[in-house]
Amino acid sequence: YYRYASLYFCCAIEDQDNELITLEIIHRYVELLDKYFGSVCELDIIFNFEKAYFILDEFLLGGEVQETSKKNVLKAIEQADLLQEVSTSNFSGLSVSMV
Amino acid sequence: MPAPIRLRELIRTIRTARTQAEEREMIQKECAAIRSSFREEDNTYRCRNVAKLLYMHMLGYPAHFGQLECLKLIASQKFTDKRIGYLGAMLLLDERQDVHLLMTNCIKNDLNHSTQYVQGLALCTLGCMGSSEMCRDLAGEVEKLLKTSNSYLRKKAALCAVHVIRKVPELMEMFLPATKNLLNEKNHGVLHTSVVLLTEMCERSPDMLAHFRKLVPQLVRILKNLIMSGYSPEHDVSGISDPFLQVRILRLLRILGRNDDDSSEAMNDILAQVATNTETSKNVGNAILYETVLTIMDIKSESGLRVLAINILGRFLLNNDKNIRYVALTSLLKTVQTDHNAVQRHRSTIVDCLKDLDVSIKRRAMELSFALVNGNNVRGMMKELLYFLDSCEPEFKADCASGIFLAAEKYAPSKRWHIDTIMRVLTTAGSYVRDDAVPNLIQLITNSVEMHAYTVQRLYKAILGDYSQQPLVQVASWCIGEYGDLLVSGQCEEEEPIQVTEDEVLDILESVLISNMSASVTRGYALTAIMKLSTRFTCTVNRIKKVVSIYGSSIDVELQQRAVEYNALFKKYDHMRPALLERMPVMEKVTTNGPAEIVQTNGETETAVLETKPPPSGLQPANQANDLLDLLGGSDITPVIPTAPTSKPATAGGELLDLLGDLNLTGIPSITAYNKNGLKIDFTFERSNTNPSVTVITIQASNSTELEMTDFVFQAAVPKTFQLQLLSPSSSVIPAFNSGTITQVIKVLNPQKQQLRMRIKLTYNHKGSAMQDLAEVNNFPPQSWQ
Repeated sequence: YYRYASLYFCCAIEDQDNELITLEIIHRYVELLDKYFGSVCELDIIFNFEKAYFILDEFLLGGEVQETSKKNVLKAIEQADLLQEVSTSNFSGLSVSMV
Repeated sequence: MPAPIRLRELIRTIRTARTQAEEREMIQKECAAIRSSFREEDNTYRCRNVAKLLYMHMLGYPAHFGQLECLKLIASQKFTDKRIGYLGAMLLLDERQDVHLLMTNCIKNDLNHSTQYVQGLALCTLGCMGSSEMCRDLAGEVEKLLKTSNSYLRKKAALCAVHVIRKVPELMEMFLPATKNLLNEKNHGVLHTSVVLLTEMCERSPDMLAHFRKLVPQLVRILKNLIMSGYSPEHDVSGISDPFLQVRILRLLRILGRNDDDSSEAMNDILAQVATNTETSKNVGNAILYETVLTIMDIKSESGLRVLAINILGRFLLNNDKNIRYVALTSLLKTVQTDHNAVQRHRSTIVDCLKDLDVSIKRRAMELSFALVNGNNVRGMMKELLYFLDSCEPEFKADCASGIFLAAEKYAPSKRWHIDTIMRVLTTAGSYVRDDAVPNLIQLITNSVEMHAYTVQRLYKAILGDYSQQPLVQVASWCIGEYGDLLVSGQCEEEEPIQVTEDEVLDILESVLISNMSASVTRGYALTAIMKLSTRFTCTVNRIKKVVSIYGSSIDVELQQRAVEYNALFKKYDHMRPALLERMPVMEKVTTNGPAEIVQTNGETETAVLETKPPPSGLQPANQANDLLDLLGGSDITPVIPTAPTSKPATAGGELLDLLGDLNLTGIPSITAYNKNGLKIDFTFERSNTNPSVTVITIQASNSTELEMTDFVFQAAVPKTFQLQLLSPSSSVIPAFNSGTITQVIKVLNPQKQQLRMRIKLTYNHKGSAMQDLAEVNNFPPQSWQ
């Protein structure tokens, strides 16, 4: 686990996994949250828990890292958010394809 | 009905609750609102409601009624709905719910959606919680996406494939063609996930492993580029480019190089390069080094590389970060068996870790220290370990004590040191010593004949002050019972003898009996000890009689039984008392396998209750021995009492193995002791390392006639200065034509080192008639008794 001020981020791993790189993964996730929310604090995570989950889903999948570049993860989240806003503002089915 | 409150409102409201009850009330109210809203099939606000439900689920409240709603959200066309729907599915559903299968069709459609983010969502959900049925249905779609040109989707598809393989290993073949070009990727994300996919395939199937071995050079090249290439801000972590990818490649190399010389050789250079060039100031660098060390240890690397790896681990041990020290200790524990010498070099650092504040580190340091003890460093290590025993937490004490006993037994430089160490353990951690250690210690003490006086004196002094530690008191009472006469007569060579009177000894034993702190077992030991002293002490027999009769009416059944039996001994069988309470003979050595296993004890060394039993059973064979005496007619030959066949024949074999374990198998020539009428008996000799006056003779009887010999009994007699012990034979039938033998073990105690002579008597049935024969064996080789 890693402790950031009053928050503890814990991660469970198997016994053949590298413990030290897991610590790096935790750190990378916190950096992503920080970048996304802009200087993240505890309240940000509480009130936007679904966004925290979405960021996690872009970074890890099935327990493994899927994207090692911070930039790419954040870009994907931005695009998805945009899509969400477009669809809610249109209030209709979506057919916008953004690759 | 009014619009349901927004998620944020809900969260804010719940956070204002000051007690658990208030919070529960709010949540229940909101759940009711959500439920009625679901019943109304309200499409507009469903997403909001499910989001609120998820929040409440996170707090720990039941949210299963939202599962179907998640499915409806997934089926919706709106991206927002789908996002929340899939999140809800991942949080609320798992394989155990029947509902999840309904998702399959939705996911299938979404996997083919025009928007990559929707496809991404579907892949993510499938990869996180897909059951085996779902995986089977959708594997084809995943495989298709693995080949698409969109790198965003390809990386997700790769990890999804990993999950599919984990759930349904048979489908691995399906993904094989897609993996052909995986490593040619430029995109780090796809590269990383591809490596994960390859790792998973190789771990699961040896065929795949062989197939992918040819990729080793390519992997090495990629790794090299990573290290050599310049600064790439995108993937950089504290100056190291893409550590996640590096670590994954190292892991794949580890799997590919295991048990394969060629691959291992191809990797040697790059591993050395990574090991020497990586920055160690930050955790990242250490993470990569750790993975490298694991890889070096696992493949068939050359010894220089292995030494390098162990040195890296040694450096880790000096690091301030306790995570790194922990990791180093764990890895060293794994490698200490194979690279013992290299690890020895870091022994002092490891011993220092015993003084660490962190409990997990202390435990690992303790285990590692035990693994490192050998004949050369045993004195120093023991000092450290005893100090550790003193100061460590109670949960360690039992393991530490057992470990110390084991190590002391294996590497003790001298008997006195061994006994001193045991005493130290008993006094510092006496109550944590395991119960099976007590009989072991007693047996050890009996075997070191010359140390009896010293031992009993030290034990006496130890319990004089404090008799609360049960194992210590048990061992001490037993010894005082056996060797009380040595204590009182004040003969001690090793230390200043102390002046003790018989009364003082009885005082201490009585206080053990009376004390509330003594366990029932301990009291049993004390009572038996007092009884034994009745033959060793001269002036206090009446006092002993009194004590024993008091306990004849004790509430404790065990004590009562003993006291009554001992009373009877005083009254009716007084003539037998000296013989029954004689000194215990030298016991056979029983090896312990480890602290966790039950120790096999010889019938004679079990609890004190049985102590009185063997001598009585020995009385019956005395009649047989008398017959032997008559037959042999010799007056200077003492009869031998074969051990009562109560020791199961099964253990005879086991004991034999135990004996062979610590016996010195130097080449003492074996002899043929008897050879007549087709019956041949060979003697083979072994001398014990720990007790030079014991010779172990193994007899082998073979039969070269055409008919078998049954009911074969072997008896032996030796001159008075020797002691003989005959163990149970392996069987009583010798098959014909030399096709099998009977083995039997004889132990001869020869303290005066006189020439060994033996008379043997053989009885057996052969060709329908009973045969018997007597013979004298004189041709013992000098090495067997000198």
